[in-house]
Amino acid sequence: MSLHGPPSRGTGPDTNGEQVPRRRLFAGVSEFFAEEGAKAGAVAVASTIFFFGGAAVLISRSANWPSVRDQFFNPDDFSASAPDVLEGFWLNIQLFFWAMLIIPVLALAIAVMRSLRGPAFMPLRILAVVYTDLFRGIPLYLLIVVLGFGVPALQLGGLPTSAAFWGIAALSLSYSAYTAEIYRSGIDAVPESQRSSARAIGLTQWQSMRFAVLPQAVRNVVPALMNTVVSLQKDVALISILGIRDAVREAEIYKTRTFNYTSYIVATLLFLAISIPLTRFVDYYTARDRAERSQSQI
Amino acid sequence: MSGSEVQAGPKLELDDVRKSYGDKRVLNGIDLSIADQEVICLIGPSGCGKSTLLRCVDLLDPINGGEIRLDGEAITARGVDANEVRRRIGIVFQSYNLFPHMSVLDNVTLGPRRALGIERAEAEARAMELLERFGLADKANDYPNRMSGGQNQRAAIVRSLMGDPEILLLDEVTSALDPELVGEVLSVIRDLADRGLTMVLATHEMGFARDVASRVCFLHEGRVLEAAPPAELFGAPQHDRTKQFLARVIEAGRL
Ligand SMILES: Nc1ncnc2c1ncn2[C@@H]1O[C@H](COP(=O)(O)OP(=O)(O)OP(=O)(O)O)[C@@H](O)[C@H]1O
Ligand SMILES: [Mg+2]
Repeated sequence: MSLHGPPSRGTGPDTNGEQVPRRRLFAGVSEFFAEEGAKAGAVAVASTIFFFGGAAVLISRSANWPSVRDQFFNPDDFSASAPDVLEGFWLNIQLFFWAMLIIPVLALAIAVMRSLRGPAFMPLRILAVVYTDLFRGIPLYLLIVVLGFGVPALQLGGLPTSAAFWGIAALSLSYSAYTAEIYRSGIDAVPESQRSSARAIGLTQWQSMRFAVLPQAVRNVVPALMNTVVSLQKDVALISILGIRDAVREAEIYKTRTFNYTSYIVATLLFLAISIPLTRFVDYYTARDRAERSQSQI
Repeated sequence: MSGSEVQAGPKLELDDVRKSYGDKRVLNGIDLSIADQEVICLIGPSGCGKSTLLRCVDLLDPINGGEIRLDGEAITARGVDANEVRRRIGIVFQSYNLFPHMSVLDNVTLGPRRALGIERAEAEARAMELLERFGLADKANDYPNRMSGGQNQRAAIVRSLMGDPEILLLDEVTSALDPELVGEVLSVIRDLADRGLTMVLATHEMGFARDVASRVCFLHEGRVLEAAPPAELFGAPQHDRTKQFLARVIEAGRL
């Protein structure tokens, strides 16, 4: 038994399930060729070559190009800085991973707290509202600085002093506030009658939430959640402020030593290597989800 | 149908039940006493409070005054565990409200498994028995959006029956259905009535009410204006309001 009902995305008589995703990964480009025929295709190729080729020629002929090339795209500096930046990037990935473990759980707890009904849960609801207002209101940069520099400086016994710990804490607190609001919009989009039915078969408020409302709510917001993941992946770089030797920090160290910016390009490429596929996947998933939903509405 | 040998007290009693939404008074002192195994049909113009009444009986909405008693026990009193009460009452809505992310079998077994703590195998055996009885055995693993409205509604009825309710509340369960699917749902309800299940149903199907009801109640402006066996209420209505309502129903060709 599959979770989301029988597979139902027959887009054509001869498309097998694997071809559909691959085609949509480059939505807009490959579909153009499929739909517009050979002649239009040739025009498209010619104009693309003309446009980008022309831009390349203009840029490389410009008087400043050699210095730009040496400052940003120097092959020697590229290979010299790559190992350190790559090692730093591995730290980014680990921090990203920890934040990804914390945020969905914390955010869901906040969202559920805020959606509970009845006078007894008033304190929890207030807590959830204060939390989201607070952490959505504080700039992430400020939060990272306050927690990352401020808290360890207090030298309170028992609290960790590691910058990475407080960096993750700041990211998680801030992102959980946003993510909780996403969950809540998904919860609100589940019709009231679903909650009534769940209560009517004897489920408690919590059970109704857990078994009837949340599965539908989460499914409503998966695309929005995935977009948050993409932006989190980039914002992890902000904790380099704390002196943590992540990819950005390593690139900066290299630049300070050599006065060459190529190391930043290395870091840029590493972030893009993750975020572009991720974004493509989100687009693909969102399109598929929309198609499935419109099909299941009889 | 209503031949109870032991003359016990009423199964369900509504005593001066009042309900407002904000300033709007919806129920204005409902008095109604329902015996075991009775089938009560609530009729009345749109907005007269039929759905509200049923929701209040299942404690899905709190009342603002009066009392509701189940087997003589005040279920609207303070300190009563509403979840416990709801397990004794079944309710089915006009729009079925099956959970779209679960198969029919999971929809039907969710309540018993989670609310009553019954083992999956046992709950599924019971579910299959009921699905079989209502002609849905082959739909057990289907998802609600793959089935017709009639099948959805029958599955919703099965879901409400899983906890062996003492009373079943039905809120216009055929109103959302295509005309050709109404019959299959009505025959399920008739079957339940024949087995002696106590039921309260809000309905616009006057022909069916005449057929299956032990008493028909006409609701007007949040009160029970008239309650009588169907032959009486349809044959010789006492109040002008009832007459007017029935005249309009006949005009619309529903009686
Ligand atoms: N949650 C609510 N909030 C505010 N007003 C409500 C709510 N539910 C119902 N009402 C109002 O209460 C009145 C009675 O509604 P109810 O649904 O009980 O009528 P009904 O007899 O079931 O009508 P119908 O035949 O159209 O189903 C209506 O005027 C409706 O607008
Ligand atoms: Mg109604």
